[in-house]
Amino acid sequence: MESPENNVTRRSVLRGGLASGLLLAFHIPAYGARDVLKGADETKGKFAPNAFIRIDPAGTVTLVMPQVEMGQGVYTAVAMILAEELDADFSRIVLEHAPPNDKLYGNPTFGIQVTGNSNSIRAFWKPLRVAGAAARAMLIQAAAQRWRTDPASCTASNGEVLHAASGRRLGFGALVGSAGALTPPKTPALKDPKDFTLIGKSLKRLDTPPKVDGSAVYGIDVMLPGLRFATLAGSPVLGGKVSHVDDSAAMKIPGVYKVIVLDDMVAVVGDHMWAAKRGLAALAITWDDGPNAAVSSEHLWTELRAASLKSGAVAKTTGDADKALGRGEKYEAAYELPLLAHATMEPLNCTVKLSADACEIWIGTQVLSRVQGTVAKLTGLPPEKVTVHNHLLGGGFGRRLEPDMALSAVRVAQHLSGEPVKVVWTREEDLRNDVYRPLYRDTITAALAGGKVVAWKYKVTGSSILARWLPPAFQHDIDSDAVDSAVDMPYDIPDFHVEYVRAEPPAVITGFWRGVGPNNNVFAIECFMDELARKAGKDPVAFRRDMLGKTPRLQAALELVAQKSGWGEPLPPRTGRGVSVQPSFGSFIATVVEAQVDEHGEVRLRRVTSAVDTGIAVNPDTIVAQLQGGLIFGLTAALYGEVTIKNGRVQQSNFNNYRMLRIDQIPPIEVHVIKSGEAPGGIGETGTTAGPPALRNAIYAATGIALRRLPIDREVLAGRSRT
Amino acid sequence: MAQSTLIINGTTHAVEAPDDMPLLWVLRDLLGLTGTKFGCGIAQCGACTVHLDGQPVRSCMLPLSAVGKRAVTTIEGVGASPAGARVQQAWLDLEVIQCGYCQSGQIMSAAALLAVTPYPDDADIDAAMAGNICRCGTYVRIRAAIKRAAGDSQA
Repeated sequence: MESPENNVTRRSVLRGGLASGLLLAFHIPAYGARDVLKGADETKGKFAPNAFIRIDPAGTVTLVMPQVEMGQGVYTAVAMILAEELDADFSRIVLEHAPPNDKLYGNPTFGIQVTGNSNSIRAFWKPLRVAGAAARAMLIQAAAQRWRTDPASCTASNGEVLHAASGRRLGFGALVGSAGALTPPKTPALKDPKDFTLIGKSLKRLDTPPKVDGSAVYGIDVMLPGLRFATLAGSPVLGGKVSHVDDSAAMKIPGVYKVIVLDDMVAVVGDHMWAAKRGLAALAITWDDGPNAAVSSEHLWTELRAASLKSGAVAKTTGDADKALGRGEKYEAAYELPLLAHATMEPLNCTVKLSADACEIWIGTQVLSRVQGTVAKLTGLPPEKVTVHNHLLGGGFGRRLEPDMALSAVRVAQHLSGEPVKVVWTREEDLRNDVYRPLYRDTITAALAGGKVVAWKYKVTGSSILARWLPPAFQHDIDSDAVDSAVDMPYDIPDFHVEYVRAEPPAVITGFWRGVGPNNNVFAIECFMDELARKAGKDPVAFRRDMLGKTPRLQAALELVAQKSGWGEPLPPRTGRGVSVQPSFGSFIATVVEAQVDEHGEVRLRRVTSAVDTGIAVNPDTIVAQLQGGLIFGLTAALYGEVTIKNGRVQQSNFNNYRMLRIDQIPPIEVHVIKSGEAPGGIGETGTTAGPPALRNAIYAATGIALRRLPIDREVLAGRSRT
Repeated sequence: MAQSTLIINGTTHAVEAPDDMPLLWVLRDLLGLTGTKFGCGIAQCGACTVHLDGQPVRSCMLPLSAVGKRAVTTIEGVGASPAGARVQQAWLDLEVIQCGYCQSGQIMSAAALLAVTPYPDDADIDAAMAGNICRCGTYVRIRAAIKRAAGDSQA
């Protein structure tokens, strides 16, 4: 077998003739040898002023991506920000995945390498600008020294330093050596946003060309010399263990190489996935169901509802909500959201090559350093001996914020003799071994007076993902994610109180799911606002507008969406428009969904309109795309999403019973981006949060039925059962 | 286990594989043509779509023995056909793709549609594309890109 050192290959994809006329060189290392201690990549002979930028003598600018690309367009946005301040030639940018290294690539918000919470651009906006500007200042200084002139008389543009007075110019490549000898300035001058030439333009995404011809490499596509293929089965009952395995039939299947029995799972290793799958199906496995064999969804809901009666930890309080409740007409409601699976299109997978003194991992993950650390702990290897090669992600949605797939794959590899193994989960195993979006119950009491909400008491009851995932962040019994968008509601309500009750469901491990905490809270808040508007006899848009005085950016988005959606215009029977607003993830978004409900309770989406103020839109077309897609992700969950448990088993198994919206159900979706000079907000999860309450409110408008749980219950809408 | 000969993207490949092995795994694991994706394994998501003599099929449930002498086209080769090339270009022009994992299948379904229905209407697009799930929700742009590839300059 080739040694890793001989095996350094790069997949280089050259694409010409894009609409922009640019020639893009897009390099993603398919796999290769990297010493993580050296940082991002080979910097020898290059100008490498920081962890993000490498310029070689030929003038090629390589940008190392601190955040991972899972479809949200972050590679392009990060490259645009760096190239903007660097004044690089954007047509000659090369991108590289970062290696695991919290120190160099840690997310400023979390302190570790994490891509999540829609915060890539929010967290890296300033550091990336500084990195680009510092490099530009050094290149300018190097050129000025060469020309014996004042750096202030020189400028940079499109990969060159220019001296306008003399007409002299030098490409960045020619300055690599001398710039590298300089000390990077700590506080370089940043561009005035009015001088931006890249930021604010809808540039073509850099990761798209290899995705149209099959050459893009996801974790699941990794091929290595001598590679074995494995698939596995976990206990059908959550938390169960393996009791006994008869592998005699499986071992007779051609191509089956080995059956590996671990305490909580069984893996079959073969010459290809088909042999592994057939081998797994041929195993006679006896499971020890353990303590969860009787757990059902009913148990989970009963426990959650009981927990929601308790007093919670106070997350925020202003004024005196209890007293203020006596000053108006009092209303109460409770909203419930179900367990959800992620169902990324790329099933879970991880490829491992394990030897006595090193481990190599090929994966697509949102948590690079955590994968490295987890594998180091499992194997007893020092972290620097665990190499992690990240890849494009075939969807993340929070599922790849967990390192469990790497852990399972390495445990399989520990039973092999050093040959590389690609472990691929079947869709069934992927759905049944998820970390599920928690079920939540939100109880609200509010008082109305003079057509406005004057008092608000809100309680979130649900699992704390943070307490498991980032324990130090769980402080004073408050999960800050679980109350996100509840403690910072956009409405002017002087007497205001928010509590949180932590309630962990039996048997189920919960995890982050696109839209995270705001998904739950925006749903409950915006549904109740519609019910309160009706009690107050006010139009849902006007009711909200009158209480958004302290949040003018959201008020403006609401005005715009009302105008663009045709709010108030006549509609056919059983058809309604519903609105939702949210200040979540640092973006201000108002959304109107128009939907029709037939007599069988079937819901047809007719039109979706969003208006978004996300601050400076680095790449406006990406903002639009993320809203369009995020809305569909959220509407899919609202219409179909629910993981249920019976006899300790997750009942959903594949796309036939865990349904997705398909193209024939998708209405026109318009997104209006509001121009803004504010710092960029987050965008990846916002549509997912916006869709469900707007749809539910459209159904409320169409039918008068105030649904208070998701997914939407067609039996209730058809009048066959009650809410 | 048997020796089979496959014609893939115009090239002949000899493979040794069980007769019941789905074409998907032959392409990916034996031939390294990883552009064709595994999504569900039960023909519910369309990520594994390839063409057999121009017809779109779900390769995850198509046994090798059923391929016969028919020509296999995958995402790696579809750009050689006029419809395939137009679809790929429209996908780039309208920036359809997000994570991209389902898009090989989307492009294969769209190229097969345009090859037989050069000017598809919305109902044609629904019928041809409803078998392809996109979890990122790129459907609005997929519809627009198919119309653009068909020559609708408005799209």
